[in-house]
Parts: sequence; structure tokens; C-alpha cells
Amino acid sequence: MSATHAALELRGLTKRFDRPAVDGLDLTVRAGEFYALLGANGAGKTTTLRMVAGLLRPDAGSVSILGIDALADPVAAKQIMAWVSDEPMIYDKLTPLEYLEFVAGLWGCDAETAERTSHELLASLGLGPHLHERCEGFSKGMRQKVALAGALVHEPRLIILDEPLTGLDAVSARHVKGLLQDRVRSGCTVIMTTHILEVAERMADRIGVIAAGRLIAEGTLAELRQQNGQGDTSLEDMFVALVDGAPVAA
Amino acid sequence: MTPSASVMWFAGHEVRLAWREMLGMLTAGRRWRPRSVSLLLIVFVIFLHLPAYAVVGRFADVQTPLDQSTAIVITASIFLAWALVLSQAIESVTRVFYARADLDLIMSSPAPLTNLFSVRIAAIALTVTLMAMLLATPFVNVLVIGGGARWFSAYAVVIAMGLSASACAIAITVGLFQLCGPAKTRLVAQIISAVTGAGFVIALQVAAILSYGTLSRFAVLTSDAAAAFAPEANSIVWWPARAMLGDIAALVPLLAAGLILLGSAMAIFSPRFSNYVASAAPLAQVRRKKVARRFRPGSRRNALRRKEFILLWRDPWLVSQTLMQLLYLLPPALMLWRSFGDGAGAFIVLAPVIVMAAGQLAGGLAWLTISGEDAADLVTTAPLPANTIIAAKIEVVLVIIAVVFTPMVVGLALVSPRLAAVTALATVVAAGSATAIQLWFRVQARRSQFRRRQTSSRIATFAEAFSSIGWAATAALALVLPIASVIAGAMTAGLMALTWKISPVRT
Repeated sequence: MSATHAALELRGLTKRFDRPAVDGLDLTVRAGEFYALLGANGAGKTTTLRMVAGLLRPDAGSVSILGIDALADPVAAKQIMAWVSDEPMIYDKLTPLEYLEFVAGLWGCDAETAERTSHELLASLGLGPHLHERCEGFSKGMRQKVALAGALVHEPRLIILDEPLTGLDAVSARHVKGLLQDRVRSGCTVIMTTHILEVAERMADRIGVIAAGRLIAEGTLAELRQQNGQGDTSLEDMFVALVDGAPVAA
Repeated sequence: MTPSASVMWFAGHEVRLAWREMLGMLTAGRRWRPRSVSLLLIVFVIFLHLPAYAVVGRFADVQTPLDQSTAIVITASIFLAWALVLSQAIESVTRVFYARADLDLIMSSPAPLTNLFSVRIAAIALTVTLMAMLLATPFVNVLVIGGGARWFSAYAVVIAMGLSASACAIAITVGLFQLCGPAKTRLVAQIISAVTGAGFVIALQVAAILSYGTLSRFAVLTSDAAAAFAPEANSIVWWPARAMLGDIAALVPLLAAGLILLGSAMAIFSPRFSNYVASAAPLAQVRRKKVARRFRPGSRRNALRRKEFILLWRDPWLVSQTLMQLLYLLPPALMLWRSFGDGAGAFIVLAPVIVMAAGQLAGGLAWLTISGEDAADLVTTAPLPANTIIAAKIEVVLVIIAVVFTPMVVGLALVSPRLAAVTALATVVAAGSATAIQLWFRVQARRSQFRRRQTSSRIATFAEAFSSIGWAATAALALVLPIASVIAGAMTAGLMALTWKISPVRT
């Protein structure tokens, strides 16, 4: 794969349940950028990202991750990608370290390097004192941090996060945001959905707005303002103006 | 709302919850009409009258005064049934402590907690008693049809059993709380629940083997030794048996004792129930320090296998279930040891027992590893082909089956290599079949939903049970009547083929 490839390229991506959830979506995310995907509830954000992560099979369209056809060669695509959902799915009976050891093992990481990275990640997320406790007693925020550490331990080049800040306190949220920005600075691509528009406004290089399974607006904050003809409007006002009245897909 | 009105309202709420929970268990959460469920339940209970007739039909004509041998058998049977009800009750009480999602709401409400928890204890007793009544119905009906209306009093005995077992279950669980603390109570209670249900039968079998060289528990109950230890004819010990046969003088105190026990449990434990619930809630925050160890290198498949082994090892259900499987294997193992050198003939009975146990254990393990994946998204997004993931999980199931059952097969090999070979082959086939069924009918679920696994697919549940029975029968027949074993094997293979044909994987 070459460095000129987009981190993510979707062409005509389609998924129907009882009605279209994602409707011929075209989307390109450049390598090394922080991309925020916004949309109202049921707009098709999560369905889109689940198809990218290989959790859902699209009905039609293509998914290319850093030049790899993710539908034709999913194993190669998954090797360079990480997925974090809004509902952290971890093992109650494992400790955070055991969980990260498992994730590193699944991605085939070197054990020594993975162990060092795991300690650093968990410490930076404030989980240092809980390394040897089973996750069954963790709060939702702590579980979300363990899941996030799991996503980062194998050094992915594309990180996809679905509402990653749900359940996190302000300090933890700041830690997570800092960690993600560090990754972007080191060349990693981050795609994130969020309902906290302030986060998208502050962190994202580009923002895409999706409604009824289609991309209805995209660009930097300045570009979005320009497209909407309002110079100093907040993202929230623009978002409401864009999606208000748009049909809900699924 | 007055306190009494709030209690009545809460009782109604509890009954509604219990009904919906039972409906959910029976319908696997699918939309079924209550009428259809009731109809299905009635058909099932009617069907149960056939095996019930085979078990208790011969006791229908029993008259009072009871001869000692019959009194011992009936009393022991009642005690066995009570132990099973107690086992179910312990499970229910533990669930209330740890799993009911509405406890926070209840405890934060302004309603008097003592009243509310009294209702909840009563609801446990009601549920447990109704379940016992449901299971006892075919047996009692057979006795009524064969021996007259006097046997109706058996229903009252079942009610007394339900009430007393519920009271004892609450006392045991609370005792465990104080003895072991909330962190260990759940595990210990699950083990006690499993062992209580099976322990009495197994103890009788062990005694029969050691004394008479047979697996039949009736050998002990009808023996002279048991008669010598039995108390006088007018002893309180025989009251349950007499009450069963319609002796009102024994039935009334028995029912009264059940009610008093439950009333005492409600009076003693209701005021403290909220404390126990509160101490169970932060259970998971208990720190479990362990010695730090290095990350182990290995293949991706190895990482999956290691994770499955750790999770299975730390699974309380599996610990109690394996313990129960091992307990069930204890009598045959004892028989093997005691009759060693008598030739292979006496051991043929062991083959189906081992095969059956292997099939059942493999089915449970396969559900836990294949369907009970708590981090399904993580595993699905890992860079491994789906087949590799499934293969690693199946390997874990088969390794555990091998570890548990190889010693038994080796023991058999010392007596008869042919017997060992047949048992080993059938064990592998039974375990493989149960695993395959779980694979074909896999659904994404959390491990904690294990209790409901049998309701997620009726077909899978019955296919798993019948394949284990079929392979067990095939193994037994292969040793005594090889031609018949070919037919039994073909029928079981046919069942497997049919199961595959109608499984979601195929369709």
C-alpha cells in the first residue's frame, strides 16, 4: 500500500434493513486526519462504521482501507485498523493487563513491546492502580478506557470510534482526547462519531454530516460555515440547520 | 398509598415480573401468545405422565400403616425432591441478591423496605413452590388415578416442601454472606445448589456400590441395614410419607411447619435484606491482587485459546457444573474400582454414563466459548479468519473434555481395551456432536446469559440431549449387541443430519 492512498474510501456503500440505513454513501478520509462523522440518531453513522470495521456486510459498494479492499481481504484490512464501540465490550473476568495481552496476541504483536505499551497506555488513561483487578468491578468509564487501550495497543493506522467519550468524566475525556490527538500527530487516522459537537469542533480536521444514510455536508469547520453562508455560526447551529427536517433512515 | 396498599401493589408487581420472567424462559423472548405457551406447557406436562407412571405407578396402591421398607423409600424420595427444590430455591435467592436490576429503584423508594422485601421473599417461595408443583403434577396425578383421591394430599406436601425449602435457602444464602462475604457467596451458593440437587442420589449410589456392588439406590433403601437404623413407626421422620398418603394428622403440622419456617425467615431476614443487597452490589469492586506476570508470546490462535481457558476457569457456573459432572461420575468410578478384576461385563453400564456426561458437558462448554462471547466486536474485528476463531474455540472444548474423561477411559482400558475403545470413540463423537449443534445454532450472547441458553433454541436443546442419549445408547449396544448399535448409531447420525438441515447455519 502506498502513502498516497486515502485512509478510508467508501464508494456507493449501501445497507438496507427494513429500509435503507446507508444509501449509496461516498466518503473519503485522508490519511493522518482526524475526521468527525456527525448525524442525528438513526442517520446511519454506526451502520457505516460497522461495515467499515467488518462487523456488517454491505449490500453494495466498496470499502478501501489504506488501499486494501476490505471486502476482498478483510484480514489484511483489520490488521491495520481498530474499532471502539460506544458500549465497551470487554471481559469481566480478565484484568486490564490480561485483556490487553489478549488483544495484542490477536493482532500478533511482539509480547515484550505489547507489555511495555500496555503499561504506558493504562497508566496514561489513569488505570495504573487497577492493572491487576478484574474488569467486573469497573465503572462504564473505566471499561471504556480499557476498551480504548485495547484499540491502541496494536498500533493501528486507522482508528474508528463510535461515541468514545460516552460515560467518561471530564478528566478522563481530556486524557482520551489527548491520546487520540497524539496518535493523529504521529500519522494515524482517526474517524469518530460523536454527539458532543464541541469535541468535533475542537478536534476534527474535517467534519462530515450524514442524514438518511447519505453525506449531506463535508469539510473543515470554515468550509462548512462558508457552504452554509454564515461566517461565525457555531457547529451546533449549522448541524441543526443541516439535519433539521432530514428524513431518518434507521 | 397506605402501607398495606403499597404491599399489595408491590406483590402484584412481583407476580407480574415472575410471570413475564417465566414466559421469557419458555418462549426465549419471542412473541408468543400466553395461550399458546399455556397449551404447550399442558401438552408437556401430559407427556410427562408416561415416565411418571414408570417411576411411581407401583406405589399407587400403598396403604397406611406403611411397612418400614416402603416408608424408607417414600421418605427418601420426598427428601430427594426437597433437596432438588432447595437447590432451585438457593439459585433463586442468589439471583435476587445479585442480578435483579430493580433493586436500586426499590431501595431508593420511600416505601418501607421491610415490607417490600417480605413480599419479595414470599414471591421467591411462591415461584419455587409453583415450579415444584408443576414438576410434581404428573407423579401425583398418576398416584391419584391409580390409588385414589387420598393422594391429592401429596400436593399439600409439595407446598410444604416449597415453603420450607425457600426458607432454608434464604437462611443458607444469608449464612454464606456472613461466613464467606459477598464476593464468594455467589460462587459458593452455586456450588452448594448444584451439589445439593445431585448429592443425595449420588450418596445413595455410593453407599449401594460399597455395600452391594450395584448402582441402584433402592438397594440401600430396602436393605436390612437401613431398616436397622430407621426410627420407630410413630417417629416424626415418617410424617411426610404419612402426609403424602392422606394422613391429615401428619399433613397439617407439616404445612404449618412450612408456613412457620417461611414466616420466620421473612420476619428475621426482611429487615436486613437491604443490607445484604447493598453489600452484594459493590461486590465487583473487591480488589483481586495477583502476582504480575509477563505477556506470553504465541500465535493468535494460542491467544484465543488462552483467553477461553482463563474465562472458563473463572466461570462460577462452569466450576459448579463440572463439579456436578464429576460427582455424577463418582459412582461409576467407584464401581470400576470396587469390581476391578471381575471382568468387563459389570462395566458396560459405565460406557453410556461417560458418553452422556461428555455430551452434556461439551454442549455447555461449546455454548460458553462459541455463543457466550462478551467481546464479540473485538474478536470479529481481529485480523483472523472466522474459521480460525471458531477452530480455536472448539479446540478448547475438546481439550477440556479430554482432560476430564481420559482418566476414566484409561481406567476402563485396564479392564477391557475394547470397552475403553468404544467408550473413547463414543465420547469423542458425543462431544463433537454437542459442539456442532452449538455451532450450528450459535447466537451472540453474553456469558452471563448462560442460564437462558436452553430457551434460545428449543431445537438445539432437544437435539443436544437426544444426540447425547443416542450416542450413549450406541456405545452400550456396541458392547452387547453390535447389530443394534449400528441401527442406534444410524438413527443418531440421522438426527444430527436433520438438525443440521434445519439449523440457521444451513437455512
